[in-house]
Amino acid sequence: MAATLSTPSARKAKHAEQDRPRGLFRRRAGDHDKAGPVAYVLLAIAAVASLFPLYWTFVAASNTGERVAQSPPPMVPSGELWTNITTAWNQADMGKALLNSTIVAGCVSLSTVLFSTLAGFAFAKLRFRGRNALLTLVVATMTIPPQLSVIPLYRIVTKLEWGNQLQSVILPSLVAAFGVFFMRQFLSEALPFELIEAARVDGANSLRIIWHVVFPIARPAMAVLGMLVFVQSWNDFFWPFVVLTQQNPTVQVALSAIGGGSGHDINQAVIMTGALVGTLPLLLIFAVLGKHIVGGITSGAVKS
Amino acid sequence: MATHVRAEAPPARPAWRSRLYRFDLKASPYAFIAPFFICFAAFGLFPLIWTGWLSLHYVDLLKPDVMEWRGFGNYTRLWSNDQFWTALRNTFTIGVISTVPQLLMALGLAHLLNYRMRGRGFFRVAILAPYATSIAAATLVFVQLFNPDYGFINWMLNAVGIHPNWYSETWPSQIAISTIVTWRWTGYNALIYLAAMQAVPKDLYEAASLDGANRWQQFTRITIPSIRPTIMFTIIVSTIGATQLFGEPMLFGGGVGVSGGSAHQFQTLSLYLYELGWPSRQLGRASAVAWTMLLLLLLIGLVQYLITRYRKRHELGG
Repeated sequence: MAATLSTPSARKAKHAEQDRPRGLFRRRAGDHDKAGPVAYVLLAIAAVASLFPLYWTFVAASNTGERVAQSPPPMVPSGELWTNITTAWNQADMGKALLNSTIVAGCVSLSTVLFSTLAGFAFAKLRFRGRNALLTLVVATMTIPPQLSVIPLYRIVTKLEWGNQLQSVILPSLVAAFGVFFMRQFLSEALPFELIEAARVDGANSLRIIWHVVFPIARPAMAVLGMLVFVQSWNDFFWPFVVLTQQNPTVQVALSAIGGGSGHDINQAVIMTGALVGTLPLLLIFAVLGKHIVGGITSGAVKS
Repeated sequence: MATHVRAEAPPARPAWRSRLYRFDLKASPYAFIAPFFICFAAFGLFPLIWTGWLSLHYVDLLKPDVMEWRGFGNYTRLWSNDQFWTALRNTFTIGVISTVPQLLMALGLAHLLNYRMRGRGFFRVAILAPYATSIAAATLVFVQLFNPDYGFINWMLNAVGIHPNWYSETWPSQIAISTIVTWRWTGYNALIYLAAMQAVPKDLYEAASLDGANRWQQFTRITIPSIRPTIMFTIIVSTIGATQLFGEPMLFGGGVGVSGGSAHQFQTLSLYLYELGWPSRQLGRASAVAWTMLLLLLLIGLVQYLITRYRKRHELGG
């Protein structure tokens, strides 16, 4: 698994790539790694396949329900977006759902980043008995599906009368094994032992080292991890669906209510509007920070 | 790792300070990893064991304090139930048709993205955009696109004269659900492969192209062997994801989502667990499904372990 993380040679290779001269008249002996027309065509197909459903969501959300349920399906946006948004807003409490999802994803990503950095630092740079065995255990916990714990968790939550409250969604997600692994891999490379020793010689205790040495160095990785956890938590479905109701939903739970019904009176355009509203915040984050997220994944290969 | 932090404090320090220092050095690593393990114990391990205990009882969702001992009754009943085997088979087939094409396409895309080209930043963000879309939103959109009467996909397929019913027929519905999974995860996996490919030394390719190897040969002889650990990693993670599949079939089925379609044609194990535990209110039987999933995962893990061990020995031997 360690091989999924960027090695110094990877960074060197990336660096060399950027140093290459650019321009039309560049002449090089080895054009073995230059994309040919076939590569462009295939990538363009992949990009269209990735983006078309998102474009079509917008098209459907801006048309009337009758138009969406006709063949051939609409291909261009129309002017019904605002009407559909108001309908969707009335059908499910989208405003509350957006706020709830922001709170949940915010809390979960903050705590995951904090605890992952602490544990990742310990696993990367501190010596203690049982370190390797415990790290293996951390990685092993990634394989346990959430389905194995929902039933007792549901009982606990109902017993505490926490059903329908946000803390019942937040608490079980406070830590993430992949976050610990991610920070451990990053800090193993990025944080030199000499720095920690120098701080110790200066009389700093472990907490001060965390604050003044580890956090400043780990900041870029913490930011990437935070974004990835935010996306994941925002999109989490199974447990929120089990424990929350429409009185206090996250976006995903509200969407399941908009789209979960059956029958002919359902307005398909409104369903698509819900999907659009629920996805838009993350797409905006991606539009602004997409490059950093891509960079984070390609330099530190994460997989939840 | 060779640099060992010495535990002895300089003798000039007062004794209590040196003791404090030593305590800090010894205890703080455990304090730093404690939050993870405490949370895991509370929200992962303890409920997992409790699920096992529940699976040996009859428990009603609405009266969870009344537990009636059943022994292995829930398991024998489960394993002789046709719906369980259907769900197991569906989980397997949907898993295969969503994972295999997904990872193959991701490999191809990563290979293409590794070329020098214009617009590489755009392509990378574009193929990652589905990752930002939630299971719920993506599924609702694909439900529309796959609609047998007015959906985009059947409108396109009209040209070749086929009209599969993506909702009610077994294979079409499973292919549709797998399409959602594939759509959401291909770009993400491509970027993971790309990361691994960028770590492959460039001179390997240069040497190969001087020796007259074409791009396909470079891909199969250099790229694939070099990133094998990453491929293994994504296979394992995708397998885990496939065993947990819940939201996509649930929302794809609309009104009959919980039962995985009117004939359970796309009910997965997770959906079956949910149907038993919540709509049917039988927590004991649902727990037996959960533990059966755990046993299956252990079995898959064992098989994967044995395969890698066999391959290693095979490669060393010959």
